[in-house]
Formats: sequence, C-alpha cells, structure tokens
Amino acid sequence: MSNTVENVMEMEEDTQKGRFLTFSLDRESFGIEIKYVTEIIGIQTITEIPELPEYVKGIINLRGKIIPVMDVRLRFKKQSREYNDRTCVIVVDINDISIGLIVDSVSEVLAIPEQDIVEPPKMNKGLSNRYIKMIAKVGNDVKLLLDCEKLLTGDELEDLGKVL
Amino acid sequence: MKYSNEPMLDMFIFETTQLIEQLETAILSSEKSNCYTQAAINEIFRIMHTIKGCSAMMLLDDISSLAHAIEDLFYFLREEKPQNVDCCTLSDLVLEGVDFVKVEMEKIKNGDAADGKAYSLIDNIKAFLAVLKHSNTSGAPADTKEHNSEKWHKNCVSREAAPPSAAINFFKAVIFFEEGCEMENIRAFEVVHNLKGIADEVYHIPENITDNSKSSEIIQREGFKLYITTHYPYEQLYELLMRTVLLKKLELTEAESRDDIPALSQAAHEMCARVSEDGSPGKGGNGQREADYAEAQHVSIHNSIISVNVNKLDRLMDRIGEMVIAEAMVVQNPDLKGMQMDNFQKAAWQLNKIVGEIQDMVMSIRMVPLADTFNKMHRIVRDMCRKLDKEVELEITGEETEVDKNIIEHISDPLMHLIRNSIDHGIEPPEERKAAGKPHSGRIALEARNAGSDVLIIVKDDGRGLNRERILTKARENDLLLKPEDDMSDREIFSLIFLAGFSTKDGVSEYSGRGVGLDVVTKNIEKVGGSVQVDSVMGRGTSITMKIPLTLAIIDGMNIQVGSARYTIPIISIMQSFRPAENDIITDPDGNEMVMLRGCCYPVLRLHEHFNVRTEITEFTKGIFIMVESEHKVLCIFADELLGQQQVVIKALPAYIRSSGKTRGLAGCTLLGDGSISLIVDIAGLAGLSEPG
Repeated sequence: MSNTVENVMEMEEDTQKGRFLTFSLDRESFGIEIKYVTEIIGIQTITEIPELPEYVKGIINLRGKIIPVMDVRLRFKKQSREYNDRTCVIVVDINDISIGLIVDSVSEVLAIPEQDIVEPPKMNKGLSNRYIKMIAKVGNDVKLLLDCEKLLTGDELEDLGKVL
Repeated sequence: MKYSNEPMLDMFIFETTQLIEQLETAILSSEKSNCYTQAAINEIFRIMHTIKGCSAMMLLDDISSLAHAIEDLFYFLREEKPQNVDCCTLSDLVLEGVDFVKVEMEKIKNGDAADGKAYSLIDNIKAFLAVLKHSNTSGAPADTKEHNSEKWHKNCVSREAAPPSAAINFFKAVIFFEEGCEMENIRAFEVVHNLKGIADEVYHIPENITDNSKSSEIIQREGFKLYITTHYPYEQLYELLMRTVLLKKLELTEAESRDDIPALSQAAHEMCARVSEDGSPGKGGNGQREADYAEAQHVSIHNSIISVNVNKLDRLMDRIGEMVIAEAMVVQNPDLKGMQMDNFQKAAWQLNKIVGEIQDMVMSIRMVPLADTFNKMHRIVRDMCRKLDKEVELEITGEETEVDKNIIEHISDPLMHLIRNSIDHGIEPPEERKAAGKPHSGRIALEARNAGSDVLIIVKDDGRGLNRERILTKARENDLLLKPEDDMSDREIFSLIFLAGFSTKDGVSEYSGRGVGLDVVTKNIEKVGGSVQVDSVMGRGTSITMKIPLTLAIIDGMNIQVGSARYTIPIISIMQSFRPAENDIITDPDGNEMVMLRGCCYPVLRLHEHFNVRTEITEFTKGIFIMVESEHKVLCIFADELLGQQQVVIKALPAYIRSSGKTRGLAGCTLLGDGSISLIVDIAGLAGLSEPG
C-alpha cells in the first residue's frame, strides 16, 4: 500500500521534473523550476511598504491573499523599466512563502533534458552568479536557471559586508 | 487540526473529546444536585457506550475496557436503580476515568502511543459495582443503616427508588404519528384511553382531541404531548406507548416532580384537560430543571452541529472578500459610466445586500460563545475544593457572550489561573469565613459581558482580598518596584501580582506559589490585545477584569489618504481630528514639530515623512491632524485627508516582509472595497517612536 503511494508521488514528481518556466529580462532568458510556480498574472496595483529593500516593490492583492512582489530586474541590479502590458508577475511558492516575481515577459514552459543542463562557470569574483543554479542549453539559446531559494534569502547585509 | 494524517483518527479524537466534555458536564451537574437522575444516567451510559465502541475500533484497548467498566456500572444503575449510592465516590470514579481518557487523547494527538494502563481504575470501578450490587441485593434497611454509620454521602439515584408510598413518576411524552395516517385525534384519544389503565393522571395537548378537528393538524405538526403521572416505571410506560398503532416517533422523558405540570399549565393555560382524578399540581425543586435539561437535549438533537476546521473558515472569508471586490468591480465598472440602467441598479443593490449578509454570516460563524470555556472551570473548582478543603460556589453569568474563535483559545489558560488563584489565595477556609461573619461557602462569580468592541471577563471572589502591605513588602524584597511606593495607586500595586516571579505565598503548593500563574494571565491577554485590571477590598474580596477585543479579525478603522497611498487607523485609538490654526504649530530648535490644542502640546508625526510617501500636501493647514492615543501617549498624525470610516478585515503582512523586520509602525494590511490594499497603522508602535530616546 505504502509502496503504491510512493510510486504515485514519484509519478507526480516526474511530470514536473525537468520542466522550466522561462521568462526574459533584457536580453537574457531565465528559467525557473515549474514546481515552484503557482500562477502567472498580469501586473497589478502595488501598494508600497516603507523601509523595504528597493527590489521589494510592495504588496499586491491576489484574490484576497496579500503577497509581496519583487522586481527581478532590481534584484539583479539591472536598470528598472516601466511596467507595460507584457509585464508579468510570476507567483511562486518557495518553502511556503508566496511571492510574486515581476518580470518583463513570460516565454514558455520548456522540458530541458538533464544532459543539456550544466553547472555555471566559476567566476573569479565569486558572487556574481549566486542566483544562478544551472545553465541550460536549448537549441542555440542559453537559459539561466534560477536558484529560487537564494532569491529570497540572499540578504543585503551579506552584500554590504563584502563591499566594505 | 493536525493530529494525524488519518482522517479516521482525527474524527475519533474529535468525537471522543466532545463526548468526554459532555460527560464531564453531566457528571458535574449531577454531583451538584447530589443526585444522578435517570436522564443523566442514560446519557452517561450512552456516552460510555459510544466511547467503548469507537476506541475498540481504533484498537485502544485500555480506553475501551475502561469505558466498558463504567458502562457496566451505569447499566446497573439504570436497570437496578439501587437506592443508596455514594454519589461522591461515583463521581470521583467516573471523573478519574474521564481524566484517563483525556490523557490518552492528548498522547494520541501528539502522535505518541496511547500506552496508559487503566487496570487499577477498572478494578476500582468493578469493586464499586460489586459493593453496589451487594447492597442492592440485600436491600434491607439494616444495610442502609450500616452505610449511614460509615458516613457515606447518601443519595437516591433515581426517583423510582424512593419509598413505595411516594413512588409516583412523572413523565413527559411526545408522540408523532406516521405522516398521512389521518385521524390523528382519534389515535391520540386511543393513546389516552390506553393510558387510563396505568396512569394516575394524564394531561395532554391539544386538549380537545375528539371534538376539535384542528387538533389533528396540531398533532400532525407538533406531535401529541402527554404529561403522565403513574406508579409504573419508565419501561412499562414506554412499552405501552410503543404499542400505539402507526407510531412514528416517541419521546418519553422522565420528570422528577409535578413541577413539570405547572410548566405545562403556563405554556398552555387552558388547554389542559384532566382525564382522570383531580390533583392539584404540587411544587418541587428539580423538576423544572430536569425538564429543561431534557428539553435542551432534545433541541440539541435537532440543531445538528458540525465542526469545521478554522483554516477553512479563513479561506472562506478570503473568498468572500474577493467576492466583495468582484462585486464592486462589476457594479462600478468604468464601462457602465453614464449609462441609465434602472434594472441593473436594482439587481446590483440586491447583489450588494446578499454579499453583505454573507459577509456578516461568515463573521458570525467564527464567533463562539464562552460557555464551553466557562463550564470547564466547574471541574477546576470542584477538584480544588476537594483538595484544599474549602467550599466554593462558582457562579457563571453571561456565558452566551460570543468571542472570536482565535481569542477563545487564549482565554482558557488565564481564566484557569485566575480561578485557581482565587480559590487558593482569595477564599478563606470555612472556619475563617465563619469568624469573619461571611457565609459558609465562598463564592466566585465568573462574568462575561460586551462593552463596545470589547468583551469584559470578570472573576470576582468574596475572599480575603489583597493585602496591600504584603504585596509591597514582597515586591521590595524581589526588587520589582519600578516607582517610588508613595506614587503608586492601589491599582498599580495590585497589578504587581501579575509580574513574573511574584508570589506572596511562602510555600509552594500543588496549585500556586511559584509566581508563574498570574504572569501567564497578563502574557496571554496581552497577546490578543487585551488588558487586565485588579480591584480589591481587604476582607471583602477581589475582582479581576480582563478586557479583550471581540475579534482579532475585524476592526473599525478610519481610512486616510497620504499621497497616493491609503492607510487605516483603528477607530479605538482616535481621539479626534482637527485642522489647526497656523500659529498653533510650534517647532523646537531640534526641528521637532508640535501642535498646541486647548492648552496642551502634542508631538506631530508627519505620516508622509514617516512612510516616505510623496505627497503634495506638506503644509499643516492644508492637511488634517488625527489625534491618537495609545497607552496614555498622545500623538498627532498628519495626513492629507480623511477618507471615511469602514469596518476592515485585518490581514497580516506577508511573512517575507515581516521577516525583514522593518515594519515598525504597521500592524497589518487590509483590503478596501475597491480591491486596493490599505496599510493599518500601528498606533502603539508610532507612539513609541515619538518618545524621546
């Protein structure tokens, strides 16, 4: 009995494994593991909250649920851009924390075979690619696969400590 | 309810816990009246039977065999109706059993194995039953005397067991006939006729069964109600009534005395018909209560109750919130602007009304009466009185007061500590009370009532009161005084007893003396945003008042606008709002702004500066001041404008934002009617910020 349950669990896991939701920021294309994603919505009215890091834009009302939203551009220290029709909020659920990621646009869901995924090259600077878990090759393109947990936990204090 | 993954086990735990609670109440009320009534015995028997069955199914052998033993005991009581039963021991035994099951339940909830052994308990129960059986079979008066000599607390178990000369039983029966059987009145008459053989007196509603055709309808609708006095026992009467042709349902309850009959005569003054001999209704004490009890039981069967996971209710509330917003989006849709649509408006109003009603209903679902929490205190009082050799009566009023489910969970513990404290410290031993000219037994009044958006829960005893000097001395010893003694009001001194580590008792007893209990009270009450207050008169008693908000989830709020952002201030903390004259505003050399109002100076907090919001309105004369108060600190908040008052549902800020720890001055957020988010200002936090240093 318990065996079958496990099998079912594995099966479910399998349908999500190796699948990534890809989105674009500037010219780069990023991928995020599909198991984290709960939904994709258009940009909403954001209520600002004072004294938060710049990249946390505030909170939105997602059908009665209040969730914070993070501008991924700002998170990656890119130039911010006006939000438009194509701007999307990807709602992800990471370790029971729901958060919305504001991205330029969402592309597609890709199944990337394991052999096409490689470790990111080690940079001398060390900290530049800490949000990137893996790099995937899809045709001629390269997708940067995000480490979602780091996205939330990598705190600014750490950065400051290294700058000083 | 995260007891286990197995829904069966969850269900079992839930049901058993409820049954155990019912059982406890039944035992305690029986103990109080010093008599196990037939109805109570039946109820306990039923509960034990259910527990036995369920726990056997869950393979909890100890619980099931314990329940079996108690069931046996009550089966004997029910069937044999022994005359002299030691109520105290009986209650003790059953309560011990209850405790055992409770402990086991707790273990199961925590995922431990229910490994408690009930052998000794079962043996005790069996021994008790054996004694009962023995005394019953011998049944001789000599035996009774023997028991008396042992100073057993004697009580008759049921009324049938009373001496034969007075063996008149009172019953209330409600008979329903099969639907569509027709000629209900004739059938009712037949019942009455049959009863003549065994009943002394029979009263029935409706009165006129043979001549009045309407009585058929009444019987059809409300059943045929009979009030019977007879020498025969319950069983025989039941059997006789069950023989009625086309009977659909029979409810036969036993009343203790004739009191039931006056109750009837009140309800249906002239409808009473006397079938047999005359007999004026007498007066008695317990009958009414018993009848009420039976009635309550009866009603509770019809008001079927289901229990719902609170999470589900929370989710339901979220959805309702969404619905409100969706409704606003449809009704106030910009596409509709300028259109003349009478029918649409009508429909929109209808929708608005329904949505509002649903919202109210969902809120009311979350409200739970305090009765259950209060009734638990009976047990504590009973146990402590036994142990400490004191006599205390617990008087409960206002238990129907309703409080949000989340808050109830926080009251139970403090209440228990307060009651314990009152019994242990407050109420004197009987001799001391006599010497002080007080009634023999102490009184603790537990009261709940609504006061605006708060609920007051008051625990009041008529004990010795607090000793001001002793509290001060103790506080001095433990270095708990923060102020010079002379500056302290009585209330402040009395409040010292709530500090951690404070106990005027020198020895540590089972119940108190460690100085932990009352500390828990304040902690818990503050957690739900309430406060505690003590009043006491030496020698006369102490009264402790807990003030608790009605609900955590909803507040009355004032919405204000600052730039493009909207904030909500709890109405409770707003004292007034005003527009100041230019010369009332003062700036000190440090740049701190203050405003003068009616001769007093108050600090000003610019909300747009504090929350870093861009706004056009920075001149004081253009915006508005809102004077708020929190814990005696007054602060004037400067905002652009007031938007209006609204009941808002408080939602916590997302965990991710809270964890950043930078939300000082914000208590949460809420959704406004148009779906946008408003931040709730934490006045206590802001008032703290404005303090120098």
